[in-house]
Amino acid sequence: MMNKLIFGRYIPGDSVIHKLDPRAKLVASFYFIGIIFLANNWQTYLFAAVFTLVCVLLSKISLSFFIRGVRPLIWLILFTVALQMFFTVGGTVYWSWWIFTLTEFGLKNGIFIFCRFILIIFMSTLLTLTTAPLELSDAIEYILRPLKVIRFPVHEISLMLSIALRFVPTLMDETEKIMNAQRARGVDFGEGNLIQKMKAVIPLLIPLFVSSFNRAEDLATAMEARGYNGGEGRTKYRKLDWHLRDSVTILLFAAFTAVLVFLRN
Amino acid sequence: MDIRFEKVDYTYQPGTPFETRALFDIDLTVLEGSYTALVGHTGSGKSTLLQHLNALLKPTSGVVKIGDRTITPDTDNKNLKPIRKKVGIVFQFPEAQLFEETVAKDIAFGPKNFGVSEEEAVKLAEEYLGLVGLDASYMDRSPFDLSGGQMRRVAIAGVLAMEPEVLVLDEPTAGLDPQGRKEMMEMFWRLHEEKQMTIVLVTHLMDDVADYADYVYVLEKGRIAKCGTPQEVFEDVRWVEEKQIGVPTATAFAEKLQEKGLTFDHLPLTADALADQLLRMGGLSHDE
Repeated sequence: MMNKLIFGRYIPGDSVIHKLDPRAKLVASFYFIGIIFLANNWQTYLFAAVFTLVCVLLSKISLSFFIRGVRPLIWLILFTVALQMFFTVGGTVYWSWWIFTLTEFGLKNGIFIFCRFILIIFMSTLLTLTTAPLELSDAIEYILRPLKVIRFPVHEISLMLSIALRFVPTLMDETEKIMNAQRARGVDFGEGNLIQKMKAVIPLLIPLFVSSFNRAEDLATAMEARGYNGGEGRTKYRKLDWHLRDSVTILLFAAFTAVLVFLRN
Repeated sequence: MDIRFEKVDYTYQPGTPFETRALFDIDLTVLEGSYTALVGHTGSGKSTLLQHLNALLKPTSGVVKIGDRTITPDTDNKNLKPIRKKVGIVFQFPEAQLFEETVAKDIAFGPKNFGVSEEEAVKLAEEYLGLVGLDASYMDRSPFDLSGGQMRRVAIAGVLAMEPEVLVLDEPTAGLDPQGRKEMMEMFWRLHEEKQMTIVLVTHLMDDVADYADYVYVLEKGRIAKCGTPQEVFEDVRWVEEKQIGVPTATAFAEKLQEKGLTFDHLPLTADALADQLLRMGGLSHDE
């Protein structure tokens, strides 16, 4: 069922991108999503596409993965692109019918938005494919640290995040198991009309909730028994190391921005 | 109703880098009325194989014949319900599948899914609750108020109430105390003896295999490494030890005695068989 979900999965490897500090990767991907909006003509988009492609190739992960990552979102993308294409006015009118008009600007905008979506998805897929979930949560904790000043519970949030990430696969397995057990008892998942479908989910949801409660209780007890009493005064086992290559990455992104600014009109 | 596997392969997530092959070329037969045991290490493919028995999984290649139905890789997911009715599976830690407000409703859930009327299903629930060793006072209690062992019984009753022809048990006694384990195994044995129910048991406990099963399949890394009667499989103690699947306690003990100079015509599998052979040897029996 979940077999086809590629987005958000981690593929172990030892490429340059895999070795980068997760903080550098996280900052870089968010930064990329921000500056992609600077692109506004053919040259800038082409340049951004080449830049993204180089990053993807550096990760040594087959391109088909990234394309598969786009697939679940393709209808949303096409819908937005269609809206842009048919409702933007300006420039030469190529075709028009009722309230729909296909204009030069519309076509251009549509294609740009399509590129923007694809590039953003590629970049964020690159982040999740090459970064282990725990690394990501460490990076988020580090980046959020300044917020402690305004009493934002950084440690608690990052603890919850890493526990949540750790239990995603476990919960998926559990879901699969309970589904199988209920199917063996004659439940048809995903069949019949909407109401029947919703009713079929109850024998799956209730055991899942109950087991999550039990698991939470067990985990809390086990943590307390091992001396956990909050974030104060804890040391870290996994330390993040900032290398030269991470600084280079950030510099490359700065250079990328400079070129974009230079090329845009 | 027989279940036959012919050259069954199964691969998880084919066509992705997460692709893992779980079953290779499995030929297996579960005869009607038999008590078949499946043993093997964790990750040897037992649970994958077990899900083929009622078409929860379909083979990647090969054929599974369940009674008069044939499951091939292209079999449609529709109309599998009659198979699920005939082959009941008790999964590992089945207490995780309870969800209704009362024990009665939960046990009746399976039968009702297969078209049994409300009253009939409640009657079945009461009958099978008794069979697993809980009295009628539990009928209206919430399954979540029960102890772990009682929840296990209720879950098993829920599968039995579907009155399957073939009962598949995936480590039904894991995590139970010795007393509960014995009661449970004996209850399955009674179903097998009295109702001629076909049983497939997945277990790590070789004593259970020796005590109950009449045919054993040893799985190793997704392949059938050996099959035969328990006698045939455990006869070769060296092989069994090499594969680290464990030898029944009585057999291990007999093996030790053999090293001390006693000779057995064939290695006993159960304590009873061991005692019999020792008695027949004479001499030794007068010690008691």
